[in-house]
Amino acid sequence: MAAALAIRGLRGGRIPPPPHPTGPLRGAASGALQRLGEWFYEVEVVLGWAERLRRRRLRRKNAHYSFIQSLHGHNVAAACFAMSCGGRVRFEGQQRWLCADSRGRWSPEVLQFHHVPVVAVDLSGSQLTYDGLDNFVLLTKLQHLDLSGCPHVDDWALGRLHVFGDSLQELSVARCPRVTERGLATLHQLPKLRCLDVGGLAVQSPGLLRILLEEMLPQCRVLGMEMEEGDPPEAPPELGQPPPLCDSAVIGGRVVPKWH
Amino acid sequence: MLRAVRGGRAVWAPRGGSGSGSGGAKLGRPLRTAAPQRSDIFRELGPRLSRLGQALRGQLPESEGAWNSLRPHQNSPPPPERADVVVVGGGVLGWSVAYWLKTLENRRHGMRVVVVERDPTYSQASTVLSVGGIRQQFSLPENIRLSLQSATFLRTINEHLWVPNEPPIDIQFQPSGYLFLASEHGAATLEAGVKVQREEGAKVALLSPSQLKAKFPWINTENVAVASYGLENEGWFDPWSLLNAFRRKAMSLGVYSCVGEVTSFVADTADNTPGMPRGVGRVKYVNVRLPDSPEQQPVSCAIVVAAAGAWTGKLLDSATAGLQGSLTLRRLPIEPRKRYVYVWHCPGGPGLETPFLIDTSGAYFRREGIAGNYLGSMSPPEGREPDVGNLEVDHDFFQEEVWPRLAHRVPAFRSLKQVKSAWAGYYDYNAFDQNGVLGPHPQLPNVFVLGGFSGHGLQQSPAAGRVAAELLLHGSCAAVDVGRLAPGRLWGSEPLLEAAIV
Repeated sequence: MAAALAIRGLRGGRIPPPPHPTGPLRGAASGALQRLGEWFYEVEVVLGWAERLRRRRLRRKNAHYSFIQSLHGHNVAAACFAMSCGGRVRFEGQQRWLCADSRGRWSPEVLQFHHVPVVAVDLSGSQLTYDGLDNFVLLTKLQHLDLSGCPHVDDWALGRLHVFGDSLQELSVARCPRVTERGLATLHQLPKLRCLDVGGLAVQSPGLLRILLEEMLPQCRVLGMEMEEGDPPEAPPELGQPPPLCDSAVIGGRVVPKWH
Repeated sequence: MLRAVRGGRAVWAPRGGSGSGSGGAKLGRPLRTAAPQRSDIFRELGPRLSRLGQALRGQLPESEGAWNSLRPHQNSPPPPERADVVVVGGGVLGWSVAYWLKTLENRRHGMRVVVVERDPTYSQASTVLSVGGIRQQFSLPENIRLSLQSATFLRTINEHLWVPNEPPIDIQFQPSGYLFLASEHGAATLEAGVKVQREEGAKVALLSPSQLKAKFPWINTENVAVASYGLENEGWFDPWSLLNAFRRKAMSLGVYSCVGEVTSFVADTADNTPGMPRGVGRVKYVNVRLPDSPEQQPVSCAIVVAAAGAWTGKLLDSATAGLQGSLTLRRLPIEPRKRYVYVWHCPGGPGLETPFLIDTSGAYFRREGIAGNYLGSMSPPEGREPDVGNLEVDHDFFQEEVWPRLAHRVPAFRSLKQVKSAWAGYYDYNAFDQNGVLGPHPQLPNVFVLGGFSGHGLQQSPAAGRVAAELLLHGSCAAVDVGRLAPGRLWGSEPLLEAAIV
């Protein structure tokens, strides 16, 4: 499940629509319920309860792992949180990514990395919110952060990434439906950024925004925002050709998944 | 007989043309080439009926443009005769208090809250003419706390203010932060302020001139000793969306909205207990003058919230005209002050990373959109305040005062030739100490004064409304201790000064 989530986020699938407050009800059921809610107070109240329940579940998913943090350190706490969200983590000096199994359980081997800093976090397609970033703000050596396809990451959450200003080199916010050019303007706080993936964002005038981003971050390679609106992401390079800059192969929103 | 008639002048004019045409073998009247009369009627019948239907529907009493002599106030109903709380002023502070009163009340529909607004087009309201910034860089802990709580509210605005079956609220927040520049003269004040801000939990960084130049290469760091940059929860947003969101949610919770002007209060001292000092009374009625008419509607109420923005002082002055007994009210020092905002276009100007920059001289500017437009201004120096009678813009002020200072600080602005657009708005200026006033009036205990924020009312409105509602409902506020902002200090001798007023 977690791996499937990770792949769907990585593979440049469809952009998830911005979560309407009535929640991710699909198809005719949600339309019928909404119309009923316009006519009957009881249905409206029940829809309100359902929305509150959804928000409570989201808050619990993004809880602060303070207990693990006090016991094993902030690196382990960040890794545990990332894995429970369905993401992957990589520690310094390690080649392989750690992630939870299909049932959502992570193995206790992560606890041995007590003092090893986390260098890469992959949270694509997860339900991360502004509050969930509490678990990551203490990471000082984070170099790679993948937030593509997260439906709840918005401009406020991007404003929190300034804490990684000394270390972050690769960032992906591709296909996040709530990120706009206003959140991207805060990324000037990351001077070490070398690769920024902004494919599939809902912005007006993507060409102009790409030029402004390249001016704002002169040493960074901006991927994914083409001159014409509605352009598909760049085609991935052929297999066998080494990807140019980013080592995790986040190119034009499409990824050759790295299996560990 | 016929011939005789035709020879002379015929008494009746023969149909279809001149006299020579009738009775002869020749047909004088030409053949018709137009379509026959019958299909004309039916072809125009459809459109004619629909126009008639529209005209009739427009006359129905429920439609927008109709005027009904029996019910002339159909679209702007008069206020009810009895209410529990009357909020005078429909700006963002007034609607914020109304929303929080309905949210925090113990029982659903337990209170009747009425918001009375004099101008539904908001043509002079400070809320919608504001530049829309939010910052935590104040020197007073109460201000910092109010701003921080407001930022949290704005971040979770859809949890609070979303109404079912409406699209999600987007206030278009730009998290670019504020950048205050200080010369050697003001460096100590700035650093002391940053210390207080960090203690309260705001994320602010201090930058030296070289760090400033590295971060923002387009700044001219001459005469800058230190700068403070807000890293999170600071930026600007759209005030109209916030006002509309508050209004819609409050009305969905049952707040009455009325158009009218509050002209006077009717207060008396009959309910005073023996131990109360002289010169104190309670307001019993609020007189609301209906729009376009001399008609007055008295609204009996328990509590009045005076959130009329720049006109709060004038409201309380004129409202005491109907006082009985020997109550002479001291004048509330909240008055309107006119401020200009100019918009200009500069193609080579600072890029996406531009914060809301406030110069050492007090001039400020921020980016507007991504197409190279900027907006900015300056507060006029003391003693040279413009006349507040109208909202006319003085363009010479930009040429002589604002532009030289901004062009000195940002050399790219030297090339800008003209101003694209400009407007003027009012600060609800607290002439005593430029800080908000929150609390019951010392002489009218059931009048709650909420105003005088002098340019930072919009950014503190969600939290200030909540504090006001808690003080009214519970008597005390747990989150922020605003005892120091009570109106009693306005007639004392110790102003609660705020150092960072833009």
